[in-house]
Amino acid sequence: MTQIGLNHFLFVSTVLFCLGIFGIITRKNAVMVLMGIELILNSANINFIAFAKYGNFGYQGQIMALFVIILAAAEAAIALAIVLNIYKTFSTVNVDEIDTMKD
Amino acid sequence: MTIYDLIFYLFAAITVISAFFVVTTRNIVYSAYYLLFTFFGVAGIYVLLGADFIAVVQLVVYVGGILILLLFGVMLTNRITNVQIKTGTIKIAPAAIGVALFAGILGAALLKTNWKTINSEIPISTTHTLGLLLIQQYAVVFELLGILLLIALIGAASMARK
Repeated sequence: MTQIGLNHFLFVSTVLFCLGIFGIITRKNAVMVLMGIELILNSANINFIAFAKYGNFGYQGQIMALFVIILAAAEAAIALAIVLNIYKTFSTVNVDEIDTMKD
Repeated sequence: MTIYDLIFYLFAAITVISAFFVVTTRNIVYSAYYLLFTFFGVAGIYVLLGADFIAVVQLVVYVGGILILLLFGVMLTNRITNVQIKTGTIKIAPAAIGVALFAGILGAALLKTNWKTINSEIPISTTHTLGLLLIQQYAVVFELLGILLLIALIGAASMARK
């Protein structure tokens, strides 16, 4: 058993990223797509903080992780407002049924 | 195997397993609750990496804010009387194959790369240093993010109420 190093953390974030992509592709409900995006942002944050510890960057990685969390909060608020409007207009939030702009 | 390793494997298992259930459970409310465990696991990983302030921010913002917001989104966009709050799925097989291939490529790149690592000594508390960085080196970004959050909140409120 090797000692815990950078690779272990990067592996966890890789798995999180791929699960997030899988969620975004396969789920129909718009809120579930948002959950997939949150998973991806979390995996990016793990990378930032892992490189902040194992690389020679000082605290910059942690600052970037903080900014990502702030942007995720703003993104979630806006996205849910949009989802609520979509529900009012179409009475559904399934992303495959909202295709009026395709015609 | 040290206690550090054990704790890492515990948090990594919590994170990965609950994330797996987030994207495979059909009930949206259950998915939101599994997401809670994912966020807790990720916060634990942050602590293991010496980022205690980020871990607390993760708990406060994600668990206290974003997760509640997502649950509100689920509740407001489904008929409450409908017990079955389910989500449909599309193209599971092609998506699984594509994502597995992508994961393989990422994993191979990860293992093949010869990362030059130094084990930098992160002090016990990072809050002091992060606070100084935020108001000195990153002051402009900090202010811009404040304005961005204000704009996002006003925009979200005005969009949601008309």
